[in-house]
Amino acid sequence: MNCDLNRTVLHGYLDGELDATRAAEFEHHLETCRECTTALGSEESLRSSLQRSGLYESAPLALRKKIRAELDAMTAFPAVIRIAAWRWVAVAATILVVASVSWFVWPHPGKDSASTTPFTVAEIIDAHVRSLQPGHLTDVASTDQHTVKPWFNGKLAFVPPVKDFADEGFPLIGGRLDVLGGQNVATLVYARRKHIINVFVMPTKEADTPIHAPGLRQGYQWRHWRRQGMEYCAISDVSDSDIYELAQLLYQ
Amino acid sequence: MSGSDQGKGADVLDAQDRARFEQLVLPHLDAAFNLSRWLLKSRADSEDVAQEAMLRAYRFFRGFHGGDARAWLLQIVRNTCYTWLEKNRPVELMTEFDEELHPQPSVSPEALAIAGSNRERLSRALETLPPRFREVLVLRELEGCSYKEIASITAIPIGTVMSALARARQRLQRALTHASPQEAAREL
Repeated sequence: MNCDLNRTVLHGYLDGELDATRAAEFEHHLETCRECTTALGSEESLRSSLQRSGLYESAPLALRKKIRAELDAMTAFPAVIRIAAWRWVAVAATILVVASVSWFVWPHPGKDSASTTPFTVAEIIDAHVRSLQPGHLTDVASTDQHTVKPWFNGKLAFVPPVKDFADEGFPLIGGRLDVLGGQNVATLVYARRKHIINVFVMPTKEADTPIHAPGLRQGYQWRHWRRQGMEYCAISDVSDSDIYELAQLLYQ
Repeated sequence: MSGSDQGKGADVLDAQDRARFEQLVLPHLDAAFNLSRWLLKSRADSEDVAQEAMLRAYRFFRGFHGGDARAWLLQIVRNTCYTWLEKNRPVELMTEFDEELHPQPSVSPEALAIAGSNRERLSRALETLPPRFREVLVLRELEGCSYKEIASITAIPIGTVMSALARARQRLQRALTHASPQEAAREL
């Protein structure tokens, strides 16, 4: 052990939590220190194992139901239903939000497996938000589908369909790899005016579905569908009609 | 969670609170469950504790004045887990946290990749860590929390989150690559 650097710094670097100066210093150190380079490689390997092994355990559906019932029991709902008009609107909106969120998040029991997804809403929103951070949008930046498509080769165990829709107002601006629900997914990045639409693509064994009704949370909207052995989810802060238009183009 | 947590003092919640809670806090139930699952190492116990934490959060929901709802909830979940552990498995909390970070030759990335590719082994290795190491890893790697969020959830100073993670990762590497004798035998 010749390296006298405090190894703790390596973790701040790995986690992206160092300030710019310290990060640059550490990178400089890495150029000459093989021990730290190896150690960093080990930490990256460990991290990717942790994140890819499906260790995340989601709450069972029954628990969610039980908690909702308990919450209702703890709530003083108005005894006489004489709610002012604006409150009805709020109630209706709440029901809508709850219905759409639960439709998307909950595995539907029995026959309706069409609308369940192998990833959660939180994951796609996180992935979308993360992609908007500087430098995170694309791993391969190109408006050329013939550049983006081969880029995915060898990085994934499947070949995502890559199409550019510049003529229709949705130029392809690049591609990226993400991990959703413990699986690698291909992410296609489209621009819509000044906004970004991320389309996550992963293989599925389930049957085709139509383009499902939109989901909405935290100001982001998404559409989900399955088509020819691929699972798609398009998410953005643009209006749902734009997302739907792109979904239809991809669906063809 | 202060003194008002004890006994009475909670507000009566109405339909509006319920709707806000549904929107802001309930979406983080998976995060709550995942953290308690890894702290308690049991899905069954975690169901009880996650539910208790969620109801407790609701009871004191009027004390939540915006901000990071996930961190707020996870702080309550964590406290509820530790209370449960103190009562049911006090031995697990007796490991000391401030262990020195010993410089040691790092395990090669390749060896780690092989050890880490086995979900069962990874899961068991994580479970052998003391809860205070386990929780920072779960929050960082599974929940994707920032250092600031980890500090607020676990009540450790933000300046020590980095070293806590360094120690936790070192422990995990060691647990992963020092397999049990049976496992070593099986792999021969």
